[in-house]
Amino acid sequence: MENKLILGVIILSQLIFVNCRKDKTIDPELTPLTGEQYPGGEQSTFNHSENAFGQVAPGLSGSNANYFYTGNSLFNQNWVSAPASTTARDGLGPTLNGKSCSACHFKDGRGHAPNFFDQLSTGFLIRLSVPGTDANGGPLGDPNYGGQLNDQAILGVAREGQVEVSYTEIQGKYADGTTYSLRKPTYTFPELNYGAMAPDIMISPRVGQQMIGLGLLEAISEVDLLSHSDENDANGDGISGRPNMVWNILENKTTLGRFGWKANQPSIKQQVAGAFLGDLGITNSLNPNENCPGPQSDCYSAPNGGTPEIDDENLDKVVLYSANLAVPTRPDYNDPDVLKGKKLFNEMNCAKCHVASYVTGIHPEFPHLSNQKIWPYTDLLLHDMGSGLADNRPDFEANGNEWRTSPLWGIGLIPTVNGHTNYLHDGRARNLTEAILWHGGEAELSKLAFINLSKSERDLVIKFLNSL
Amino acid sequence: MTKSNLLPIAFASVLILGTASCKKEKGCTDSAANNYSETAEKDDGSCDYSDIYAADKANIKSTYASIAYASYNDAYTTALTLQTEVNNFIASPTAQGLADCKQAWLDAREPYGQTEVFRFANGPIDDADGPEGLLNAWPMDEGHVDYISGNATAGIINDATTFPTIDASTLEAQNENGGESNISIGYHAIEFILWGQDDPNTALQTPGQRSYLDFVDGGGTASNEDRRRLYLSVVTDLLVEHLEEMKNEWSPSVTNNYRATFEAMDNDLALQNILTGMGTLSKSELAGERMFVALDNQDQEDEHSCFSDNTHRDIYTNALGIRNIYTGSYTAVDGTVISGPSFEELLEKVDPTLKSDLDVISASTITKANAIPAPFDYQLTVETTGGSGPIMQTITVLQKQGDKIVEVGAAIGVTISTTL
Repeated sequence: MENKLILGVIILSQLIFVNCRKDKTIDPELTPLTGEQYPGGEQSTFNHSENAFGQVAPGLSGSNANYFYTGNSLFNQNWVSAPASTTARDGLGPTLNGKSCSACHFKDGRGHAPNFFDQLSTGFLIRLSVPGTDANGGPLGDPNYGGQLNDQAILGVAREGQVEVSYTEIQGKYADGTTYSLRKPTYTFPELNYGAMAPDIMISPRVGQQMIGLGLLEAISEVDLLSHSDENDANGDGISGRPNMVWNILENKTTLGRFGWKANQPSIKQQVAGAFLGDLGITNSLNPNENCPGPQSDCYSAPNGGTPEIDDENLDKVVLYSANLAVPTRPDYNDPDVLKGKKLFNEMNCAKCHVASYVTGIHPEFPHLSNQKIWPYTDLLLHDMGSGLADNRPDFEANGNEWRTSPLWGIGLIPTVNGHTNYLHDGRARNLTEAILWHGGEAELSKLAFINLSKSERDLVIKFLNSL
Repeated sequence: MTKSNLLPIAFASVLILGTASCKKEKGCTDSAANNYSETAEKDDGSCDYSDIYAADKANIKSTYASIAYASYNDAYTTALTLQTEVNNFIASPTAQGLADCKQAWLDAREPYGQTEVFRFANGPIDDADGPEGLLNAWPMDEGHVDYISGNATAGIINDATTFPTIDASTLEAQNENGGESNISIGYHAIEFILWGQDDPNTALQTPGQRSYLDFVDGGGTASNEDRRRLYLSVVTDLLVEHLEEMKNEWSPSVTNNYRATFEAMDNDLALQNILTGMGTLSKSELAGERMFVALDNQDQEDEHSCFSDNTHRDIYTNALGIRNIYTGSYTAVDGTVISGPSFEELLEKVDPTLKSDLDVISASTITKANAIPAPFDYQLTVETTGGSGPIMQTITVLQKQGDKIVEVGAAIGVTISTTL
């Protein structure tokens, strides 16, 4: 009744005033979409401080809400060498990349490449493999160093080696004549303690990613994700996302990959369990054997912290924690410039891969993550990103040119949470503009569209990204 | 244009259209207004929506600001005493000097624990550049700072190659470098340097047993005594500096500080911030992070003050800090009572039932917290999260208090979240 009345008044006033002002059509693309200010749906947080990525999803309740804190402590605190008084957290290494999850995902955020030689625990590591695949279709590790280079070790065991990053500047130019410079990394390994790497070694640098909204991504239905796949580019738009199909340890078969830079992990649990072994040296039920490749005898003979070193109960608490970090809201979602930037983002076809929104399906363990309207800006699919970004290292079905579309939610808060603005898989981009300019392959046309924008339009796109 | 702006126009239209009809009793017909009339059939535009509790809310703000200043002032002055003791000790290290430092540290924790209710409130302690992580970060990986059992050369103190100079900027840069438990400064770094590692055998019920000889050149215990003395001195100076910063933010005699911002803030926003701080500390930070985790992991590494075995006081003073704001009264270190209008009094007017519920719960948090036997690290090994021991009872009542504080928000018209 009241609404009808108001509507009547509006219509009446429009009839009266319509001739008094210039006809101004409202562009629907410059109008906020319903709910887009809550990227995590009901599992969003209003915290925008340096702890913005560490907030619990509001729907988590009962004893699970308490276990979130326990998971948080297992995630944040340093593990120690075995044997130790702290039996809850011993078994570190023998070789490792960080002493805690938070070493690489500081404040549940994003890592960066070392700023100087031998700067440790910045959230950066090098994956290694040689041509061929293992029994499950995954990468085959280096005979001497395994699947990743551990640049730290416990007392009495030599670390595997060090990595040194150097950059070459590449100059470029926008259509308006403004120049820019991108830095291309090169990696060398000045100290290797267990012999040479294989001559045909393939390396892939990776930084730790922000942890927000992972459970919501896990809850997107497979059908929904696959509906965005266009493997043979049937629609001829030059974009051909395809799923990675990866080994699922718990299901003992190949399933859809969702997590990691190449979508090489099928579930949060497997991702967490993989990081515990690979990054911290903590064995678990999914990965029961210490990561001590071929010649590393000190590593073999070092004392362990139990079998496994993290039990299933604690592993599940870290998984619960990782699945239930809320996504920050977007206070500037209806800023006119942000909306203009979003329109440009869509016009440049960025949203073809950075798919804005989904309604999640059913999450088997956490019902509050089900049926949520979310805005992650990803399709979780693999895309050829061109030779400039290629790591030339296959990972299950992902080839050396392909990367998973990264979710963009929360990206504007990285400077607040982590104090840097380094993006992309190896942190080479020094800001969001550089990250866009590195896009190639299937994203080449989108990048060219960006290059052709005016300075003020480019600023609008960046403003939109920072509003996410 | 928003709906509320249109409403008067809509009602005016109704009035114009309705003038022909018979006479009806006029008044305010909106039940949400202060002067809602049950008998009025026709709205006459007289509805009053002003906040009838505006004065009470402004008074609560004022009490809160006074208590914040008094609490940080106490935290600062007790830290100054600690600084004096530390300077005396490092000038001439003796067993008594170390004991005096420890006592001064314990005394300094009493007011600081009560200031933690000012966290999670968009205030200066933990805003984007707030010093909370430099003051009170925990749990701490001791090996980041000094030697530990099984590794005599661990830590910044014993690594003169990487850290040739021990000064404020070096130590501040190392705080949380390489992981959130790599704590190099703040209360707990000082605590570790004074007490040393706690014995893993919690059944001994003893705190850390560091000897004062660790600070005496050639003392026959751990090496790098000079660097340890310097470290203790630098880290204590930093503590004083950061607490002075907080004291000044809340001082009534400093211009352009946070207190000025706070006093100019909309009443409801200020109360929302205050209640969010109280509820979050009660339910998430204290009951969750500080107590449940330790009990669930059965691990002394998860207790707040593990080196000194002072965790039971941390719990008590945190709970007391929440109660100070609820009752609008703080007893300073020198015995002075700072008090003023409180939430308790406002609730009496707004929702007496909620007030009497919260009165019971608030008092109970203090009783229960006080009943946790010390040391906490031993107590947590003799009860479980599924049981009903004194730790679990305290957790339960603190969580209940957090939920009630959300209800207080709803009762006075603001939305509170107690998640971390």
